[in-house]
Parts: sequence; C-alpha cells; structure tokens
Amino acid sequence: MADVTNLRSPAEAGLSKLFESSRKAFASDQAISREEAFRFFEATGLPSRRVEAFKYTDLRAAITEAAPPAEAPSEDAARAAVAGVKGFAEVEAARLTFVNGHLVAALSDLDRIPEGVTVAPLNEALAQGDARLKLLAPVEQVRENPIYQLNTAFLADGALISVAPGAKPRTPVHLRFVGTGATAFSTATRVLVEVGAGAEFFLLESHEGPAGLTYQPNDALDVHIGEEAAFRHTRLNREGDAAIALSTLSVRLDARAQLETVNLVTGAKLSRHQIYLHVAGADANAVVNGATLLGHGQLADSTLLADHAATGGVGREMFKTVIDGDSTGVFQGKIIVRQVAQQTDGKMKSDCLLLTDDGQMMNKPELEIFADDVACGHGATCGAPDEDLLFYLMARGLPRATAESLLVQAFIGEAVETVTHEGARDALIGGIEAWLAARG
Amino acid sequence: MPAVQETIDRVRSIDIDQYKYGFETVIEMEKSEKGLSEDVIRFISAKKNEPEWMLEWRLDAYKRWLTMKEPEWARVAYDKVDYNDIYYYAAPKRKGPESLDEIDPEILKTYEKLGIPLREVEALEGIAPERRVAVDAVFDSVSVATTFRKELEKAGVIFMPISEAIREYPDLVRQYLGSVVPVTDNFFATLNSAVFSDGSFVYIPPGVRCPMELSTYFRINERDTGQFERTLIIADKGSYVSYLEGCTAPKRDDNQLHAAVVELVALEDAEIKYSTVQNWYPGDNEGKGGIYNFVTKRGDCRGARSKISWTQVETGSAITWKYPSCILRGDDSRGEFYSIAVSNGMQQVDSGTKMIHLGKNTTSRIISKGISAGRSQNTYRGLVSAHKKAKGARNFTNCDSLLIGDQCGAHTVPYIESKNASAVFEHEATTSKISEDQKFYCQQRGLSEEEATALIVNGFVRDVLQQLPMEFAVEAQKLISISLEGSVG
Repeated sequence: MADVTNLRSPAEAGLSKLFESSRKAFASDQAISREEAFRFFEATGLPSRRVEAFKYTDLRAAITEAAPPAEAPSEDAARAAVAGVKGFAEVEAARLTFVNGHLVAALSDLDRIPEGVTVAPLNEALAQGDARLKLLAPVEQVRENPIYQLNTAFLADGALISVAPGAKPRTPVHLRFVGTGATAFSTATRVLVEVGAGAEFFLLESHEGPAGLTYQPNDALDVHIGEEAAFRHTRLNREGDAAIALSTLSVRLDARAQLETVNLVTGAKLSRHQIYLHVAGADANAVVNGATLLGHGQLADSTLLADHAATGGVGREMFKTVIDGDSTGVFQGKIIVRQVAQQTDGKMKSDCLLLTDDGQMMNKPELEIFADDVACGHGATCGAPDEDLLFYLMARGLPRATAESLLVQAFIGEAVETVTHEGARDALIGGIEAWLAARG
Repeated sequence: MPAVQETIDRVRSIDIDQYKYGFETVIEMEKSEKGLSEDVIRFISAKKNEPEWMLEWRLDAYKRWLTMKEPEWARVAYDKVDYNDIYYYAAPKRKGPESLDEIDPEILKTYEKLGIPLREVEALEGIAPERRVAVDAVFDSVSVATTFRKELEKAGVIFMPISEAIREYPDLVRQYLGSVVPVTDNFFATLNSAVFSDGSFVYIPPGVRCPMELSTYFRINERDTGQFERTLIIADKGSYVSYLEGCTAPKRDDNQLHAAVVELVALEDAEIKYSTVQNWYPGDNEGKGGIYNFVTKRGDCRGARSKISWTQVETGSAITWKYPSCILRGDDSRGEFYSIAVSNGMQQVDSGTKMIHLGKNTTSRIISKGISAGRSQNTYRGLVSAHKKAKGARNFTNCDSLLIGDQCGAHTVPYIESKNASAVFEHEATTSKISEDQKFYCQQRGLSEEEATALIVNGFVRDVLQQLPMEFAVEAQKLISISLEGSVG
C-alpha cells in the first residue's frame, strides 16, 4: 500500500477552528490540559475505518461537520426541555439535570443529595484545583482514545461526586442529560465519581434529545471504586433519532471492589459507548452488560476493554443486540489479563438477534492473556429468532408478532435483569417494552 | 489451574533445542545475484524457460510490490527483512534428473534423513498394496523429484512442479493462477508473484478420486536464500484430492524468509483436503535465527456443494503469519479449518483463518487449539463473514488456548460479521482449566488425576488430529511427540 496522507476533513478543520475560538472562554484550569488533549486529537483526527478500533464505526464519514459547542440555556428554555423527559422519571432519585451539557442548578436536587454523598459542579472544582481531579482518566488506555481526548479538549461542564467511605445511601443520584435546540450543537460533559472504601452507590444516567436534529453529545464518566466499595450504574440512551452520541465510561476498581453497569440503547442515529476497566486491586468483581435495540438506519457500537492487572478478578460481560430494519450493531470487546493477574475469571459474551434481512452485526471479542492460571472465555452468536421456539408459542395460540416480541423480551431481558436497583431495572424493562410496542 | 507436569514435559520434548531437522546439506548450488530487481526476475523466468506472459505477470507484480508497504497489523515483532540481501533463486547445480538415479545423492540422503520417501514402493503381486503417497520434493528454489507421476497420469491426474506446468499446461495455469489470491492481494503474496520459483501444480479431472495422497515436501537448505513456492490445486467437478505439505530448514543464526502462496480451486461437488505439518526451524531459545513464515493460503469453493478443508499442525518458524482461508462462493459449499499451533522459546505465531460466506446454505467450521510455552506469543486471528446473499449460512468456531509458564501470551482476535438474518454464527473461545466435573468422573473410575487430565486433553485435541490423513498423523505425532496433551480448555 502506498503511503496515504489523509487530508483533513471539513469536520476536522471545523473542530480546529472551534477549539481556537472557544479556548478563551474555557475556565482557567490546571488539572486538565485541553491543549494537549486537542493536539492529540488533531494528530489522530476523526478516526476512520482504517483505524482498527473504529473499523466498524467510521466517525470521519459520519461526522461531516463540526457542530459548535452549545451555550448554557436560559432557565425557561431548560425548563421547557426537561418537561417531557421520561428516562427514570418514575424512580425516586436526586437529580442533576444537564441541559445541552450544562448543569442547571434550578432543575437539580443539589440540596437533596443523599447523606454521605457530596456533589460539586465540575467548573467550580476545576477553578479551585480540587485535589480529586487527579482521579480523572482512571484507565491508562482511555488517554489514547480520540473521543475521550475530544471530550477533554471541549469539556464544558460536569460534576464531581464523592461518596464517603462506608456510606450506603439508598437513593440513587440521577444524571439527567437533555438536549434541546433548533440547530446542530455539540456538548462535552465529564462526571467524576469517587466511591470511598466500603461504600455503596447507585448512579442513574439518562440521555434524551430532540428528534430530527443532528446534535453531537460527547459524555464521559470517570469512576474510582475504592476497596470493598460497590458502584451500581444504570444508563439509558434515548437520544434523538439524528444524534451522533459518543460516550466513555472509565472505571478503576480497587481490591474487592464491585462494579455493575448496564446500558440500554434505543436512541441515536449513531452511538458509540466505550467502557474501559482497570482492575487494579485483587478479587474485584465487574458485571458489565449492554442491551441494544435498533430500528431503522441506526448504528450502535459497544466497545469494551477490561484490563486485569490484579489477581482473582472476576469479569462478567454480556451484550445483547436486537436489530430490526437496516441497522448495524457493533460489539468490540477485549479482555487483557496481565502476567500478575493470576486466577482471573473473565467471561465475555455478545449475542445478536437479527429480526430482518437488512440488519447487520459485527462482533470482535478479543482475548489477550499473559497469565497461565486463568479461566477466560468469550462467545459470540448471531442469528434469527429460532423458528422452533416461535412455532411452540404460536401453537399455543399466540400471533406471530406477539410470539416474536416475547422471544425478544426474553433474549434481551437477560442483560438487564442483573440490575440490583429495582426501580432502575423496571425502568429499563419499561424501555424495552416501549420499543417493542412502537415496533408494532 | 496451571498446566500439569506431564504436559510441561511433553512440550519441553518438542522444545526448539530438540529440533531434529537442523542439519545442512553441502551441495553445489547455482544462485541468482543477491537482491531483487527486474534482472533477477528475468533471470528466474529464464531459468524456468517460461513463456513471455509469465515473465510479464512477474514484472507487473514486481512493479506493484515496489509501491506496497509491509503489513504491521499482526501481533508479531521482528527485525525487518532486508529484501535486497536475499538470494531469490538457488538450485542444485546438477541438472534436471530424468530418473531418481540421476538426483544428486546428497539430496537423496537429505530426504532419507527427513524420512521422506522418494523411491516409489512397488506393490508385490498378490499382496495388498501399502498406502502410497506421491511426493513432490522442493529443494530451495526447484523441485528435485516428483514420484508416481506415471501412475497418476493414468488416472488423468496432473501432479508436477508448477514450473513444468507453466510450460506444459499454460492454458490451465493461466486460467487459474492468481484467481484465488490476486497478484496484489497483500505485500507477501505480491512478492511471491514476482519471484516464485517452484511449488506443485495439481489438476484432478472431473469425477476422479485421486488414487493416492499427494504431498509436497519443502526444504530450505542454502544460506541467505528465501523460499517462495507457489502451489495451485484445481479439483474439477466431482473430484477429490488429499494433499499434504511438510517443511523443514537447517539451524542457522540468521533469519530466512519463506513467503509462499497456495491457491485451491474446488469446482462443483469437488473436495480438497489440504494438510500441513509446518516445522521450519524456529530459532534457538534466545530467538536467534529461524524462519519467517509469511504465507498466503486461500481456497475458493467455486462450485456448488464443493468442500475445502485445511488442517495444520504448526510447531516451527520464528514468526508465523498465516491465515488459510475459504471463500464459500458456491451454494451449499463447505469450508473447514483445523489447527494446532504450538509455540515455544521466542516463537511468535499469528495465525487463523477467514471463512467468507457468499453462497446460500454455506457452512464452515473452525477448530483452533493454541499452546504457548517459553516466552512465545500465540495469536488466533480469524474472520467469519456472511454476505447479504448468503442465506442460511452457518458457522461454528471454537478456539481454545493454553499457557504453560507465565512468560508467554495467548491471544484471540476474532471478527464475526453477519449481514444476513438467516445466517447463524456461533463463536466460542476459552483459555481455561479442565472441567473439574470431567476429571472427577474419570477419577471415580479409577484413573489418577494425571491420567484423567491426559485423557480429557487427548480428547480435546483429537478434533484436529483426527482430520490429518493417516501418514501425516503419524508424522505429526513424531514431530511433536505428543498429541498435545495439556492444552486445556
């Protein structure tokens, strides 16, 4: 192959321009280097399918123009935007509302934060040089990710959440992200969660936005789970049907820490949810699930990297994808077991149901093992609903559509039934049922 | 659970220090000038008495190769090859033997030492003939002997060095050469297209079941040479052939390059079974020397109901970069890939397969077992894809690995791309210990733990060993002196 020099795409040139013009407006901060992050991004550019990690999700082709960072909305506009949002609406929680990527205090329960938990707006923390900011980017590999670096460069708002050691608040905190507007915009938020030793914390995260508008959210969640602490995270992607939604979750697990994260995707034209895990302490336990339901013209990418660097870690990763229409599902998973991480038990699975002939699923489940006493496995399956099962249900009098819905529900339900928080689990099941109902 | 002692001992017994085929044959050789240029290509072509079109084909490949970059995506690290510091042609000086008696006795001795039968064993009257294998022996850049040719001709089977086939059956060669692995397929295949020197050509006519197994034995002997063989096998409608391939090289401190291309074409209802025992010199314990094995192998199930099956036992080479693949073009065609890759010392293996489902109701099966020991790295890399029109395609993939010691690595990089709802793909891979339940069951019946482990693991690798033809299964056993116990999954 001859040397190929990629010309900068209009979107890349636009991003450079936007960065130059908006850098003055950014809060002065020492903890993050936007400059460095942007230089990194500029060097890599928007990743195309020639970049292995983006083989199936060509951002260079998908992002044709750089959308300007969204301004903070007026309170009235924010109130109007939030009025109709549904994600986790029925679950009792302390809400932090972000409209177009900006924390709206008036619509947040800053005064009703559960005991043992503190919340500080990220901009304040950055201005004050908060010591906790050193916990940002808790996984080494995430620093080499262009999406994450782009988030750092344009970071506009976010929050710092601390859970005191031993605290076990029953009420979850709900990060409610809402998009609104008539013209294309981009957002970049970062939430940092520090779960103290022995604590247990529930975090809900929902993303919703207007239909028909090509907005580009880029959200990052950095989490540090202390020794014997548990972090339980439920995420809902109900972005608008033209959105290009990028998100990154990076988690460091200390000894005997527990992670539970489940992501339900039904929204966005193109979404890529990246999960980076660094198992730093012995005997940590991670449950990472994803449930994706796609209709027409969508692409949803779940990319996972689990880096086991301590002994006895247990990882259970299960991703379920249902594709109806001409959508594309992508799963890329990689388990790394370092030499020191003996007795690691890692299992990764990606299953896909294709309901029509037009859908496609790309699976890439990788293992990279350097320890000799491990039990690691991965599996991937793909196919249409089993005709025998459908026949069994239809023989009992169910119409074909109902039988298929039941099968889909049973299939995808496996990925969400592990959610510990009952309300959050019901909300995800509700989301699945709504998707099936809309399918007709 | 780490590997059991028995496994460790057995793998050690195939340690690279035990390489038995590392001797060198001293013989007068004729070589091209060092390095690669149009002149060298003209020299090779002239040596082979090739027609003009073949030379043009080579020169075209060379021009394209000059614009290409060496691939870097594989999980292997090595000192880059200086392509101008290699002899691209080396052949024993004694010319074109008409019969076995005319072959340089040193070469005959070499093959004797390697245990390769170059003398045709005649069956005695009234006694059931032994199972026989026809051998094409390729020594550096030329084929030195091809056995049983007359008998094969009687059945209509063409089995000869490809250099001869180019002269004798130009239409057939021209029709199929480069039709499975195009000239510009990849860096190494393009290089091969420019400089390939010898290899085997097989044509099985319609409806013929090849009366014996065919085999090619590749030997690199000369210093500073590369071996670039090219094999082309065509199984016409309704025919069947089983083909075996073996390879060895002397022990040397410097690396030698082996960049082969193998193309298989199976027409309607035809079946090709291709087995390899790859035992190139792997280098010493410190990673000094050894063969760089950069090979492109691909089969095209062109006709309906055709079948191609790859079986490989990989124990040699310093670096292996090899992905025997199947293009399942014909409806109801079938592709299979069975592999055992054992890496030891400082070896690096990046191997796997591609199953590309294009036709309706095509099926494929991949069984891959990797064992890494020493400080080696063993990677399985594979692609299974179903095209939109590949209705009812099915694939089952199973790849398991075992690590012996904590200095090595085992990696799996599968790509599974489904563009069709009626395609059913299943993939599983493990790196794990033997099931406690199975072991308990065996121990209940009076076996010791070690015996139980050996029994279970034996069963575990049998899927692959069973696929080898009898003669090769024996050789594979001899080569690795184990049936790969210890690969637990």
